[in-house]
Amino acid sequence: MTGERRGALPVRQIRAGDRRALGRAISAIENGAPEADALLKALYRETGRVRIVGFTGPLGVGKSSLINALVAHLRGQGRRVAVIAVDPSSPFSGGSVLGDRIRFDRPADDDGVFFRSMASRGAAGGVAAATREAARILEVAGFDDILVETVGSGQVDTAIRDIATTSVVVLVPHLGDEVQTLKAGLFEIADVFCVNKADLPGADAARRDLVELAALGTERGGWRSPVVLTSTVEPSGIPALWEAVEAHEAYLERSGRRPEAERRRLAKEIVGRVRDHVDAELTERLERDPELRRLLDQVVAREVDPRTAAERLHRTRRARG
Amino acid sequence: MTVRAKKAPVRVLIAKPGLDGHDRGAKVVARALRDAGMEVVYAGLRQTPEEIVRAAVEEDVDLIGLSILSGAHMALFPRVLALLKKEKAGNIPVFAGGIIPDEDARRLRKAGIRAIFGPGASLEEIVRTAQRLARPRA
Repeated sequence: MTGERRGALPVRQIRAGDRRALGRAISAIENGAPEADALLKALYRETGRVRIVGFTGPLGVGKSSLINALVAHLRGQGRRVAVIAVDPSSPFSGGSVLGDRIRFDRPADDDGVFFRSMASRGAAGGVAAATREAARILEVAGFDDILVETVGSGQVDTAIRDIATTSVVVLVPHLGDEVQTLKAGLFEIADVFCVNKADLPGADAARRDLVELAALGTERGGWRSPVVLTSTVEPSGIPALWEAVEAHEAYLERSGRRPEAERRRLAKEIVGRVRDHVDAELTERLERDPELRRLLDQVVAREVDPRTAAERLHRTRRARG
Repeated sequence: MTVRAKKAPVRVLIAKPGLDGHDRGAKVVARALRDAGMEVVYAGLRQTPEEIVRAAVEEDVDLIGLSILSGAHMALFPRVLALLKKEKAGNIPVFAGGIIPDEDARRLRKAGIRAIFGPGASLEEIVRTAQRLARPRA
């Protein structure tokens, strides 16, 4: 952080959608800066009304290109759109190459769009710790829709459902047979399935497998995840994809599920924050505990096993209060 | 209640302004900066100065690296610097790499480009300079 950017974050400029103010506020959130704490507490009451649409799926399926096409579609309807695109941080250097912006080709003078790249910074599950709170700031800045692109996901990366009101799982033809679609994790969180690169052969087979999966599935209170075919090379299916997102949002409204889903997400957020604190404190204290060092010596020497060592450490800590 | 990050990583934008399809150097530098622990926003090819400045502001970078091999640096770099000032982002340091004649390099430095690397520059040198420019007091 360079000189002129320290200090309180300008709420008025954030409300007005000032790019410099928004950019800095998001960094402050990412860095755990005290000024972000004050800002988020002050603005929370104004949030919770926008759609947050998550796009997840394996790397290389075209999430960034798809989002770029959707942004163009939504701008055509006069909607203001913000994008948060997450890429992984290196577990070795902590560094990151954030490359999703390459696909983003809005004109530089389009004021109805904001694009922010974000490194995962060690968070598991496909999004960053700061993603949800950054989305709140963007909502206060007046964006109508917030699109979140996850890290290229593996089968267990499902954290997007703790942020997004609608989760789109993006796939491509030939990712495997229909048994893959039965596996737990990624396929379970889809409110909408998107088969991208539908210009490639095999798209119809992929759609059939997914439609079958959706039909087999325990119907989630009246919603069957639709399957939409899209292509950004020979542009097709983009309006249909957004219609599917809107249909899901309308369903949340109609069925009365929205407050219940929001409550679940917020409970997870609060408990998660407390857990992070407790975890950090406990880890620090345990690592300094001489009892740990003593037990560790015995475990390394194969005199005590790790389970017994953990039990003893837990017991002595409890006894000490 | 905030969990304070140990150390905020440096954020740097790497972009190629103008009509120039040679991005190998930019990619090599992006990777070296990543390995040095930086968050590198890679904006890629054929960026206008307006797009570069917009990206720098939205991404709130600490540093901008411009790569150019087309010869248009005397037109494009000063434009980036001027636009940064206009967006109240004139405090973001800009460095550059590419084929830039000595005389041009002198003038660009005077105009406010903080460092210029030619074909002979080592990655170590580039990384060290980037760290120094991004965190002058560190």
